[in-house]
Amino acid sequence: MSRLAIELPGLSLKNPIMPASGCFGFGKEYSQFYDLSELGAIMIKATTRETRFGNATPRVAETASGMLNAIGLQNPGLSHVMEHELKWLEQYDVPIIANVAGSTVEDYVEVAERISGAPNVHALELNISCPNVKDGGIAFGTDPAVAKELTERVKSVSKVPVYVKLSPNVSDISKMALAVEDGGADGLTMINTLVGMRLDSRTGKPVIANKTGGLSGPAIKPVALRMVFEVSQKTSLPIIAMGGVQNEYDVIDFISAGASAVAVGTANFVDPLVCPTIIQNLQALLKEWQIDHIHELKGRSWMSVGETANYRT
Amino acid sequence: MIKQQNMMIVSHQSIAEDVYELTLQGSLVRHMSSPGQFVHVKVTAGSDPLLRRPISICSIDPLLEQFTMLYRVSGGGTKVLSNLVKGSEINVMGPLGSGFPVDELREGEKALLIGGGIGVPPLFELSKRLKTKGVKVTHVLGFQQQSAVFYKHEFEQLGETYIATADGSEGTKGFVTDVIKDHSFEPDAYFTCGPTPMLKAVENMLDHTPGFISMEQRMGCGIGACLACVCHVQGDDTGLLYKKVCSDGPVFRSGEVVL
Ligand SMILES: Cc1cc2nc3c(=O)[nH]c(=O)nc-3n(C[C@H](O)[C@H](O)[C@H](O)COP(=O)(O)OP(=O)(O)OC[C@H]3O[C@@H](n4cnc5c(N)ncnc54)[C@H](O)[C@@H]3O)c2cc1C
Ligand SMILES: Cc1cc2nc3c(=O)[nH]c(=O)nc-3n(C[C@H](O)[C@H](O)[C@H](O)COP(=O)(O)O)c2cc1C
Ligand code: FES
Repeated sequence: MSRLAIELPGLSLKNPIMPASGCFGFGKEYSQFYDLSELGAIMIKATTRETRFGNATPRVAETASGMLNAIGLQNPGLSHVMEHELKWLEQYDVPIIANVAGSTVEDYVEVAERISGAPNVHALELNISCPNVKDGGIAFGTDPAVAKELTERVKSVSKVPVYVKLSPNVSDISKMALAVEDGGADGLTMINTLVGMRLDSRTGKPVIANKTGGLSGPAIKPVALRMVFEVSQKTSLPIIAMGGVQNEYDVIDFISAGASAVAVGTANFVDPLVCPTIIQNLQALLKEWQIDHIHELKGRSWMSVGETANYRT
Repeated sequence: MIKQQNMMIVSHQSIAEDVYELTLQGSLVRHMSSPGQFVHVKVTAGSDPLLRRPISICSIDPLLEQFTMLYRVSGGGTKVLSNLVKGSEINVMGPLGSGFPVDELREGEKALLIGGGIGVPPLFELSKRLKTKGVKVTHVLGFQQQSAVFYKHEFEQLGETYIATADGSEGTKGFVTDVIKDHSFEPDAYFTCGPTPMLKAVENMLDHTPGFISMEQRMGCGIGACLACVCHVQGDDTGLLYKKVCSDGPVFRSGEVVL
């Protein structure tokens, strides 16, 4: 029996590893490096109703153990994504999670309704947490009542389960999780990037044209882990976790914190083979640890107060 | 085909102020076909710095399976790179992007190669290939000052070479455009790489000549997936068309993209 195969709403996954939205395009580029069917799933780039160019450049900057990005939801628009990108992905035996974005409720509803009808889209990821667009996106991700309503509206039209992607840029992420659970969400994905900034020390000017950008990479893993730990104990929704995952140990950590599956974002830029490498190493590690199934580790960090890991110094 | 590989440093030396010449060996070199392509280099195994660094391919030796790049220490990543010694390995992804079209010119035709600062390196392999084809190459290379000048003699062996320095400490005082203005090169095509203001000035000055321009942009993935490196397309009123510098470029035909 596979140690890695898991079942989630709408998703039968060979393994719990998938590239995160926006860090993998629509898969074409990475298909030059490996067979995309090896992946548990693919979270495709945010799709909006119309074509979007996104923000001015520079759009990325490096920070200590991380990066800032302000791409601004650039994408070819719903029709193109359905007719070309999703069609192209049909050659692979891999479920697609479609990341849905918009500026108005109507935008989200239309994209969700149409894209959920694509044969290889097995779930939606409602992007209510993009920090890099002026209108919409983040507003839906910071107000629990608005997020709940949007979830309800999207749920009412979607033909596949709906996961809501939570923003870490809130004071109480559990409140947001509970609100969308209330709205009928089938699962959560978390976390999106943390709003940050980098200045050119000499001139004092922002390095990114959008001034601020979303922080991702190893730098945000502790924050993501804490949020998954917290939210997973408060809701009954399955969580696909992301934030700084680079190797099999990071995956184990997120599962231990309470996640059901894990997505890999920025690390794809560092090593295009990172996802298949993690899948392979994870399999080997579980075998070595004599763990029959990865979910035996799920939530093992939820111990009682006072218990901590015993570090040797 | 894009490959990723640990490559061995076979030589590494300083060739001008803050400028290094680094030669790497590995089978990945077999895939390098076009001058003007670049590689994406991971300067350390760890996460500081995290991202890869784009560096142009300066010359290719297919027989020895070696290629050379020239880089300037400009920040943390290139600083780490400069401390690596012969015999150690670094992870290289490449070759990336589309390079300069050598087939644009025929034997006997004239090419003008215009480079600014750390934009000079990709012109070297290009010049070698054009010369091999029998194209007459002329180089105009701009630098800040004399101490920053590199590969002058190497370029001189391939064709006439003019140097401009901003402070006049070597060659013509001023910019590459000052050299071009003072001569009647009348090339059949030009090829250029350097800072964006220089590229703009060159494109304007040589607007009746076919040209190929290598762009620079901040990058994430380097292979066309993240959309960090896009630029607008000239004459596109919708503002929605774009090219990716990493995979559609870095070399574009003059007039193709907004500089
Ligand atoms: C296609 C291409 C070819 C290049 N070829 C060469 C070359 O042959 N020789 C050379 O010395 N330099 C070249 N550069 C520029 C080189 O990539 C940067 O100098 C280098 O990334 C700086 O890294 P750093 O860590 O030292 O600087 P930092 O300023 O600390 O870098 C921070 C971040 O900004 C990015 N960055 C900084 N400057 C640039 C820049 N000018 N262009 C793109 N990204 C930048 C870095 O990649 C990094 O992600 C090229 C750039 C591109 C896009
Ligand atoms: C360049 C870039 C583009 C991104 N685009 C999107 C996007 O379109 N939609 C989305 O929901 N998240 C997007 N994200 C966020 C990632 O999916 C992920 O949530 C975040 O980067 C944290 O994971 P990481 O640390 O592994 O990168 C993007 C991240 C990066 C770095
Ligand atoms: S650097 Fe990612 S698309 Fe060009």
